[in-house]
Amino acid sequence: MFSFIKRKSRKVDSSTTPANTRSASRQEDHNTGSVQSSASASESKPVGLSSSLAKTRRGFADSMADFILGKKSINAAMIDDLETRLLSADVGMDATSTIIDALHNNLSRKAINNEAALHHTLAEVMKLILQPCEQALILDENTRPFVILVVGINGTGKTTSIGKLANFFKQQGKSVLLAAGDTFRAAAVEQLQEWGKRNAVPVVAQGTGADPASVIFDAVESASSKKIDVVIADTAGRLHTQDNLMEELKKIKRVLAKIDPNAPHETLLVMDAGFGQNALHQAEQFHHSIGLTGLAVTKLDGTAKGGILFSIAETLKLPVRFIGVGEGINDLRPFHADEFVEALLE
Amino acid sequence: MFDGLSDRLAGTVQKLRGEGRLTEANIQDALRDVRRALLEADVALPVVRSFIDEVKTQAMGEAVLTSLKPGQVFISIVQRELEKMMGQSNEALDLSAQPPAVVLMAGLQGAGKTTTVAKLAKYLKQRENKKSLLVSCDIYRPAAIEQLHTLANQIEAEFFPSTTEQKPEAIARAAVDYARKHFFDVVLVDTAGRLHIDTEMMTEIQSIHAAVKPVETLFVVDSMTGQDAANTARAFDEALPLTGVILTKTDGDARGGAALSIRQITGKPIKFMGSGEKVDALEAFHPDRVASRILGMGDVLSLVEEVQQKIDHKKAEKLAKKVSKGKNFDFNDLKEQFEQMQNMGGMAGLLEKLPGMPGMAEKLKGKVDEREMRRMVGIINSMTPKERKFPDIIKGSRKRRIAQGCGLQVQDVNRLIKQQIQMRKMMKKMSRGGMAKMMRAMKGGGGLPPGMGGSGGLGF
Repeated sequence: MFSFIKRKSRKVDSSTTPANTRSASRQEDHNTGSVQSSASASESKPVGLSSSLAKTRRGFADSMADFILGKKSINAAMIDDLETRLLSADVGMDATSTIIDALHNNLSRKAINNEAALHHTLAEVMKLILQPCEQALILDENTRPFVILVVGINGTGKTTSIGKLANFFKQQGKSVLLAAGDTFRAAAVEQLQEWGKRNAVPVVAQGTGADPASVIFDAVESASSKKIDVVIADTAGRLHTQDNLMEELKKIKRVLAKIDPNAPHETLLVMDAGFGQNALHQAEQFHHSIGLTGLAVTKLDGTAKGGILFSIAETLKLPVRFIGVGEGINDLRPFHADEFVEALLE
Repeated sequence: MFDGLSDRLAGTVQKLRGEGRLTEANIQDALRDVRRALLEADVALPVVRSFIDEVKTQAMGEAVLTSLKPGQVFISIVQRELEKMMGQSNEALDLSAQPPAVVLMAGLQGAGKTTTVAKLAKYLKQRENKKSLLVSCDIYRPAAIEQLHTLANQIEAEFFPSTTEQKPEAIARAAVDYARKHFFDVVLVDTAGRLHIDTEMMTEIQSIHAAVKPVETLFVVDSMTGQDAANTARAFDEALPLTGVILTKTDGDARGGAALSIRQITGKPIKFMGSGEKVDALEAFHPDRVASRILGMGDVLSLVEEVQQKIDHKKAEKLAKKVSKGKNFDFNDLKEQFEQMQNMGGMAGLLEKLPGMPGMAEKLKGKVDEREMRRMVGIINSMTPKERKFPDIIKGSRKRRIAQGCGLQVQDVNRLIKQQIQMRKMMKKMSRGGMAKMMRAMKGGGGLPPGMGGSGGLGF
């Protein structure tokens, strides 16, 4: 009953599209030009993420395979079905219609008539959106210490990600120092200290209730006197709607600028893959307040797909630096658009 | 960022005007808007579908009189159905067991379990005078046990110590034993965050459950959760006999569609919602309010409550008395108004909660300057007590003095005086004709944004 309405409404939509060039269709025109060039370079996928995400994908993968392989020819119902699947992965209404529109465009252009090609085209369309975000975090050799400020909502996994990040940089042969800037939450300092112990890196802390800006300032001072390569600063989780707490972040940035006008060199927003449409608003607010330079998406080892990344990629065009795929110290990986999309669609 | 559903519907259902009834044909577009609103609010897709079907069945054939706004009829159906699905009223904890009553928390990582345990202990202590023992079975996350310990100290509740070397099941069992011997009313058992697809961890929490036989097993979930809420809730519900849900971080601006998904999929009531970082920020869950919020129609009741909390009651009463007696609204009152408004987080924060206003607040943020408000308070501060009490005596030279006193221009003082006179008139009207009359006066004067006129009286 419901899909009947939806299909009808699509008919109405398509008849009106030529008249009003929506931003979506403009995007897709732009996309189709480069689809083919990148089509060949997608099949190399590291094994690690695959196995980590195996459980994640199962449900989605099964249904996707049913969908892709089970039916013979492409029809409107299949496209509707695809749309449903994207929506269920938190891709959101706008990004989904952008993707589906682009897919439609490709379909008519290439006259695709089998499921494999449809799958392939869909993946290409989605990869094109995320590829510009695939920018690894590269430490500037001339900047010492390189300061990374980690921010985000409560419970997204900031502290855990910092523990993993410390390990990540240590393995690259860098010296790391952690700053316990979450002076609000009970035992947050102890939690970071524990990660410091596991990584054998120093932690600068003052204790609960201290001024986070002052803690982080001290940490950077101490790191520069000890010639440490990277300072990773934790902050308390905060909702983007709390103005006073956003001001606190601004203050941290201001204070850091006194040591180095370019610090923090990376302002990383940690985002939970389970978050829905509100995540876009979060990212916008944080970006608006303190200017983000990168994203990390955590908890991708569950059944959450992190589809909201498509909206964020389109709206904010922020680099996605890392993904978190487990609780282990090694479960933080650089983000790869191809991997992410394949994992979502496989 | 999101347009409220009511705004969008107002446009879509315009064309219904003039038709006698809602039919399948003429509500198609409206249903599409509802679907979009629900998806934007993160309601799980299967739930959206069944909901749309339900609304359609309910709405079809409902009479739409030409004189009424058809959008209003339609939206009240949507609201009604949403509330129905959300559970009719708030359900409290059922702790009527042989003490100690055990409450077990379960959920994904970062949902807010530990914080909620502390809030719940405080809630039970204050509202029901129950003595709780707090225990953490989270032997995995670094410093999780310390976190609960610190929180327990903060709320002055007793904490049952545990270490990461112990087995979670053994910790829980020992805590309940201890509570029984020491006459605690409630044992609140915190557990590690776990993924629903991690069979080992799910088995672990099942064994904790079997060991302590909780009367309440609460699923803690982040209100920002997206479509995945459906998967996780189903999995937890299958693994554990859940008795309720706690929705956390509702003080953000997420629409909280997860609440509806979880309610629909598990059938379990949402009992509480966490609404802030402080340990007393836990509220009973009100289905109707969240329903409004999901639809983007603002949350009038929460607003009223917030205002009640933050407003100085004595001052407010004094003002109300003054107004009802038809006495003059002077500068002292105006100053208090400004100050109370600032207390509540300013205009933007207030407007955010009004129906049809979420978009407005964004736009207004740039225009209503908080500094302007402070400036006006500054002007009032430069007046003598007599001037504040009898605004009419403020003439030329007094104006000049006041302007000099606060470092502003005479024009600024004039503007404030004009405003005060307007407000005084409004208050006079209010004392005679009540609120309704004032609203009408404001509407007539074009004082309210267009969206507001259309969506007023949505059936709250």
